[in-house]
Amino acid sequence: MSFDLNFIGILIGAIMASSVPLILAASGELITERSGVLNLGVEGMMIIGAISGFALMVVTDNLFFAVVGSMLSGLILSLIFGLLTQSLLTNHVATGLALTIFGIGMSAMIGKNFVGIPGKEFPLLFLNLKESIPFLGPIFFGHSIILYFAFGLPFLTNYFLKKTKTGLIIRAVGDSPTSASNQGINVTLVRYSCILYGGAMCGLAGAYLSLIYTPQWIENMTGGRGWIALALVVFATWSPIKVLIGALIFGGITILQLHMQAVGLRIPVQLLSALPYIMTIIVLVVISRDSRKIKLNTPTSLGQIFYKEK
Amino acid sequence: MEVQLIKIEKRNDVSRSIYFLTPVLAIFLTLFGGGIIFYILGFNPIEALKFFFITPISDLYGLSELLVKATPLCLIAIGLSFCFKSNNWNIGAEGQLIFGGIVGGGVALLFYNHDGFYVLPIIILSGAIGGMLFAMIPAILKTYFNTNEILVSLMLVYVAKLLLDYLVVGPWSNPEGFNFPETRQFSESARMPILFDGLRIHAGIFITLITVFLSWLILYKTYLGFQIKVSGLSLKTAKYAGYKGKTMIIIVFMVSGACAGLAGVGEITGPIGQLHRNISPDYGFTAIIVAFLGRLNPVGIIFASLIVALTYLGAETAQIFLQVPKYTGQVFQGMILFFLLGSDYLLFFKIKFLGLKKNEL
Repeated sequence: MSFDLNFIGILIGAIMASSVPLILAASGELITERSGVLNLGVEGMMIIGAISGFALMVVTDNLFFAVVGSMLSGLILSLIFGLLTQSLLTNHVATGLALTIFGIGMSAMIGKNFVGIPGKEFPLLFLNLKESIPFLGPIFFGHSIILYFAFGLPFLTNYFLKKTKTGLIIRAVGDSPTSASNQGINVTLVRYSCILYGGAMCGLAGAYLSLIYTPQWIENMTGGRGWIALALVVFATWSPIKVLIGALIFGGITILQLHMQAVGLRIPVQLLSALPYIMTIIVLVVISRDSRKIKLNTPTSLGQIFYKEK
Repeated sequence: MEVQLIKIEKRNDVSRSIYFLTPVLAIFLTLFGGGIIFYILGFNPIEALKFFFITPISDLYGLSELLVKATPLCLIAIGLSFCFKSNNWNIGAEGQLIFGGIVGGGVALLFYNHDGFYVLPIIILSGAIGGMLFAMIPAILKTYFNTNEILVSLMLVYVAKLLLDYLVVGPWSNPEGFNFPETRQFSESARMPILFDGLRIHAGIFITLITVFLSWLILYKTYLGFQIKVSGLSLKTAKYAGYKGKTMIIIVFMVSGACAGLAGVGEITGPIGQLHRNISPDYGFTAIIVAFLGRLNPVGIIFASLIVALTYLGAETAQIFLQVPKYTGQVFQGMILFFLLGSDYLLFFKIKFLGLKKNEL
């Protein structure tokens, strides 16, 4: 059997594509968590982004509006979360859960009239290069602009958190809101901004699914990706570059699982589909065993309510 | 000149009446919010809300359906209250319900040819054990490997769903079932007794009520209940008092897993009567809302389960009369939790309306 290098290239390209929603959502959530806020509504914001993007694409026939709209809708949903957790001081875990339940219900309500409508072709860049260069072509070219953005995002996020003053402020707020507040930093404002940014990124992740990856609207189409993105942040011990690596591993499992099914291996389909979830658990166990390592990077005030007496 | 009209003060003590009144406020706000959503969708909001909340329970059959749906919700929420009270975030009750259903259903299939009074109790017990064991996975991983229980319990929901799918399509599918993804119908002796002819309400409601009573006893009258409460309020205090934290984490997960497993087995031996792909319309997730709406209090949870069960029925009725998707129920459930959590602000803060005094102007 000849070793088809080009096929491997296509496979890697597919793995990259399937990891995009995870990278986007996890990078957004990472910033949110770095500021000390735990938003479990990722799945809800993603699905709202998916339906808003798709609906806007159908209604306006403009992909730019669709993408921007999906980010806005994720942002609006995260604003609800912000209002509750930051202004009304509610419990982060419960509020995030409510956001997911609400988002899934709302998306199905909005999406009722959009089921079964075919998607529009999303422009892919450098298609000629993809075809003309074997192996490397399908890896580096022929993707959507969102994929290139997603692969740059972890590096930008890393730079932002470690080298800029704003990044330092966000980390300070996450690690010790009280001292940050005493330094004259408006903790609530910083946290609001991080929540909204996270929401916009989750919305974009959803739009990638409904506009590019699956190009159509299916009820509940995020299928737990939001939760995997949340797990990825822990997996990455809150480091953006590791988010990229983790997302590629999970993308790899997803694609591998699809190919194993296509090849017709005598393994139950359901076992293969369960692999990403089982892997998540195993990885979490391996990562969390060393509690010192986790503590080193975990935002100290993660999930805690901050209240400043006025 | 800046004039302050409203002043917000922290309350020193939490008022008990407000503590149980805010859920009622949350329900009214949800109705209001739902009305607005229906209006945006182009319906008459009053009509739509009537279809949603009144039509479904305007006859005896509807009331029985309300109890059929409240039975598992209440049961799971009671179990979850053990976890939530002690700050353990088990959000995978749906998976524990399904796994309990799988184990109970497996035993029911095993006893396919048996008749006897002992069949149903064995099935129920095995379902509870199934749910309990499944809940112990996140508990053990949390205690020994420091793993986040929220994520693990949630990932296991997907695993349980896929396992059920595998079983009903493959090895357990009905040999005479024309390849439908479902098992045989359970035998009569493996079914929950129906309480009234023509209605679906079944003996599972007694399991729920007994569990409510027992958990009230445990939570409010035993040392264990006290320990659970203290650990929820302050982990440091609990440690200082020498409570065995690890054992307690495992116990509360076992309790909530067993309750979810019981709910699962109640569904398959009650209204469903066999195993198929969708044995639960996300009862395990919705029960989280029930637990909060009921203030993690056994009696509160009974009322909350009835109200949330109504959103299920309402969504079904609205689907028929208004052609909105059945997911509408989730919109209402999400809103209830939003408003409930939001109105908790009133518990901890006093809002004073100062008004304008003449000398300030």
